[in-house]
Amino acid sequence: MSLSPEQVIKIANLARIAIDTQAIPRYAENLSDILAFVEQMNRVDTSGILPMAHPLEAVARCRTDEVTETDHREQFQCIAPQVEAGLYLVPKVIE
Amino acid sequence: MHTQSIPQISAALQQGQLSSVELTQHYLNRIERYNPQLNAFITVTDELALAQAQAADKYLKNGTAGPLTGIPFAHKDIFCTQGLLTSCASKMLANFIAPYNATIVEKCQVAGLVILGKTNMDEFAMGSSNETSYYGPVKNPWDLQAVPGGSSGGSASAVSARLTPGATGTDTGGSIRQPSALCGITGLKPTYGLVSRYGMIAFASSLDQGGPMAHSAEEVAWLLNAIAGFDPRDSTSLEREPVDYSAQLNNNLQGLKIGLPKEYFGEGLDPAVDTLIQTALQELEQAGAELHSIELPNTPLAVPIYYIIASAECSSNLSRYDGVRYGYRCEEPQDLMDLYQRSRGEGFGAEVKRRIMIGTYALSAGYYDAYYLKAQQIRRLISNDFAQAFQKVDIIAGPTSPTPAFNLGEKFNDPVKMYLSDVYTIPVNLAGLPALSLPVGLIQQRPVGLQLIGNYFGEPKLLNVAHQYQQRTHWHQLTPTHF
Repeated sequence: MSLSPEQVIKIANLARIAIDTQAIPRYAENLSDILAFVEQMNRVDTSGILPMAHPLEAVARCRTDEVTETDHREQFQCIAPQVEAGLYLVPKVIE
Repeated sequence: MHTQSIPQISAALQQGQLSSVELTQHYLNRIERYNPQLNAFITVTDELALAQAQAADKYLKNGTAGPLTGIPFAHKDIFCTQGLLTSCASKMLANFIAPYNATIVEKCQVAGLVILGKTNMDEFAMGSSNETSYYGPVKNPWDLQAVPGGSSGGSASAVSARLTPGATGTDTGGSIRQPSALCGITGLKPTYGLVSRYGMIAFASSLDQGGPMAHSAEEVAWLLNAIAGFDPRDSTSLEREPVDYSAQLNNNLQGLKIGLPKEYFGEGLDPAVDTLIQTALQELEQAGAELHSIELPNTPLAVPIYYIIASAECSSNLSRYDGVRYGYRCEEPQDLMDLYQRSRGEGFGAEVKRRIMIGTYALSAGYYDAYYLKAQQIRRLISNDFAQAFQKVDIIAGPTSPTPAFNLGEKFNDPVKMYLSDVYTIPVNLAGLPALSLPVGLIQQRPVGLQLIGNYFGEPKLLNVAHQYQQRTHWHQLTPTHF
């Protein structure tokens, strides 16, 4: 499995990661090496095998539906890059 | 003072021969003197440490102290510590002051441990050499040209050089055991779900597990007593009766069945490592254990599927770093997409970006079945191999890492080669089992670790075997020459 520069650009876009144009061939090479290494999986017939999602087959625990958390908005927002009047600021989305 | 074990220090504190303030100051002095060479700490918390030590001394005087009260300790910088930088060794979080404590941090505080600082690591715990840290590589105290292993390399290096009696680590594919082996200390990766993941910055949630690192199995047992236990705030935490992990340390090993997987002693294993492992196994045999050959036939598939599962989970977990609510934000974003892309492109290092991209690809439309689903199916085969082995033997033993510590830069530019240094540790995470690494010798002054793998909740047995070995040997007591 070898990735083309176009595929690398597409993956980077899906992952929301900006990468330098000069770095694309290097990413293509590294990612292709990793995918080639991973190809070994295909030697094994896994038909009928149940995928293993959790080591101990545990299922998500439920709790009673009651309020347990208190308001920490100010505390959480004081580490945000940009806030105003209790709101997180980002560049304008709608003109 | 710094060559004493945690139980010895504890006794000295309880008997008033030593104060926690004196002890803490001694370790802070050692950090000041040696950390510039090792780069094992990202943050040193002098003032907080001394304040906690003063409080500990009060408890020691008024008789309300526990066994760990007043003992200095360090946390891997992946654990959230309220009011302190929690960087995960990433530029992305280089300005992140955690607003709350991880459960493990809280439990250590309750136990009375004194925090010396936060240790360096591979960025977001992704690495086997500690070279991916935004704060620069950590050095191995046994040889400053060598890597300390990763990702908990700062914790391993600091414990090894006796800059702290113990530290926390996290282990997703070997990140406690491999650096423990390479730095000559004892480190335990507990059963998945035994130690809370709340406040531990997520990498691959179905594999991540925190655990203790120290010189000896006895110290690890004491620390595990403090940090293990059910936590309602972690949805994968397991509800179980509390266990005293030091209670079985002195059991004799008569009739203990140790399985040796032939896949762990084949191609790729350094013959000098093999020799030391065989010597250690003979020691256990003399202590009464029986050695049995076993097979874990799907072992060669563990590393490939790990890089699908861990990368897929990381791409999902790390999607939260968007430059909006906390962490790094790029300068002058043009629009929202530019904000996301440049914040992430500039904030993450190369290895983290590689893994996010592999994971994104594996989870993208049309590829899910071929990669993620297939990997999860093979994961079950690997887990089944262990289940069959544990019908015949009590524990499994083998090398922790195929080689002693390699040199800085040696594998840095070849990700696949780097990944293969975790070939014996990764299967354990995939199955969710507990495993421990302990030092069993040196090759040209670089340590070698023996890995012991237990069945689910087999920690007391692992600690027992390691302790019995350490009663007969001195490897865990060595300090690197220049420290």
